[in-house]
Amino acid sequence: MAPRVAKRPFTFTGCVELRQTLDVHALDERELGHRLQEVPAESIFFHTFGYFLRHRPVTTAYGNDFARWAALELGDRTLTERLAVVDPFAFPDVDALREHLVTIVQDHLRGRDESRRVEFDRAFHFQRSHLVEVPLGLTATNLTEFRAGLASVDASAIYLHIVETRARSERSTGDFAEWLRTSLDLSALAQRFDHLDPYLTTLERVRGRLLGLLDEALESERP
Amino acid sequence: MSRLDDYRRVAGPGAVDLILRLTEQVQGRRFLHVTGGRLGGTTEMVRAAVPILNDLGIDTRWEVTGGDSAYYATARTLQAALEGAERVLSEEGLARWVDMNHLNAKKIDLDADVILVHDGQPASLVTDRNAAKWVWRCSFDCSSAQARTWAYFRALVDQYDAAVFSMPGFEARLAVPMYIIPPSIDPLSERNRELAPRDIGEILAPLGVARDKALLVQVGPFTRAHDPLGVVNAYRLVKRHHDVRLVLVGIGDGEAERHEILSQLLEAAHEDPDLIVLELPSEAHPQINALQRAATIVLQKSVHSGFDLWPIEAMWKGKPVVGGYAGGLAQQIIPEVTGYTVHSVEGAAFRIRHLLNNPELIARMGAAGREHVRRSFLITRHLVDDLALVVHLTR
Repeated sequence: MAPRVAKRPFTFTGCVELRQTLDVHALDERELGHRLQEVPAESIFFHTFGYFLRHRPVTTAYGNDFARWAALELGDRTLTERLAVVDPFAFPDVDALREHLVTIVQDHLRGRDESRRVEFDRAFHFQRSHLVEVPLGLTATNLTEFRAGLASVDASAIYLHIVETRARSERSTGDFAEWLRTSLDLSALAQRFDHLDPYLTTLERVRGRLLGLLDEALESERP
Repeated sequence: MSRLDDYRRVAGPGAVDLILRLTEQVQGRRFLHVTGGRLGGTTEMVRAAVPILNDLGIDTRWEVTGGDSAYYATARTLQAALEGAERVLSEEGLARWVDMNHLNAKKIDLDADVILVHDGQPASLVTDRNAAKWVWRCSFDCSSAQARTWAYFRALVDQYDAAVFSMPGFEARLAVPMYIIPPSIDPLSERNRELAPRDIGEILAPLGVARDKALLVQVGPFTRAHDPLGVVNAYRLVKRHHDVRLVLVGIGDGEAERHEILSQLLEAAHEDPDLIVLELPSEAHPQINALQRAATIVLQKSVHSGFDLWPIEAMWKGKPVVGGYAGGLAQQIIPEVTGYTVHSVEGAAFRIRHLLNNPELIARMGAAGREHVRRSFLITRHLVDDLALVVHLTR
């Protein structure tokens, strides 16, 4: 049986995150709560969704930069836990995510007279990023080529096609699943791609799981 | 095959290809780096980047500003004040500095699309700016710059199109966008390239450093900020329990406090044959490379620090780093993964003893440190960031 040919090819694109500091800082939990309400949505995005791009296998997982700061600089275990468990993919948009983070900090501070304060060099420094897309010169017109491309592309492509496009466009599906569904008519496989949870893992592990799903699909297509 | 291909065997997977693809987006653009000298950490990055970019077809030049002794004196005073030291700057001296940079602007060919001006000395070149995108690259922490000096200097930096800092929190208030690009090391340079064990021995012998016991090494200026005296005290606490040797390598020049600290270090070394105090020029790359590679544990017990590259160099060589919680060290060291950050002499001694008593941790943290540097602090990542900045500014 000839391999299923896509209606349109998939083009792999990587990305580079150019970080911009906003000169907005929080020295304690109360300031964190206030600044969370004020900073642009891009900054909330950077410190939550963007964590997936920067997160490396050798680092301890905190889920987002706010939880990491609460753990390493404030030493506030309760706040760390409450912030770390926030799954950014569970919110319809960044403002809803922002509201949730603010609520956590405010709720945490309720009934407390004092907030732990750190020196400036240990402050939370709010940033945002500008994503520069980098076409990687790799395309796929069938599932075999798609698997080969996914196995070799820079990990930033996995972030861009799964996390970034889904979060920024507030779509429920990533680029990979969208292509499998609309160009290869592989709805079941697309659904499995969409159900893969990128939260609290690494891009390399996500790559490995996606390759596993593709291997199963390719195996089942064999005559 | 380009010079960049040499990095495929040391950089992370996909890193070189990402550079090649980004390069396609900036083909035809001309870059110019301007520094205040040809030595030092910042210039090492420029030295590595310029030939690679030219190999890739990106016309990239490197120019240096200069002047008379008064020009250099004002530039040094300005730099110190921007880093937070109390200094007196005269209006006359600053006017002379600006005038000299007008002359530099006339001498330097500023015909480029993107001009990256590094640190304080050449910063006022921007008053002669052309239509290029001008970027001020700040390699130091100016968050605690002297207020009067910053008010003066800010008027210059606000004439740039953007500023770049080494890490968040190092910036001071500016009206232009401020980007973050951490520094990097060149893994193929004399300072960081692989050395055979025999080469290490041959380089260390003339320095009087034997390798018959565990070696603790700190590289950095003999200044209070880098706390070499604190390192000696930590070493003495460790020495009660472990037969170790400490090598303190002083590099840098002319710091006023250097002589006082050096005399105290030499006095301490006089009583202890296992305490070795060396003064090396910053370009003593093979010696520093060999010392870092020979180390069992590398120390960087700074109490105030910018973004020093010695801990990164040590991690690249597979060494765990025990560092002070200061400046860029907090970003470089992943606590309990690639080393430890400490807040006291006792903390440093505790962590060194902990590592010496658990040698499997030394190997594990060393390996994690090398991977951390591979992903985050090699010249390949730096090129990616610089190219992304150019794409962003010129699109």
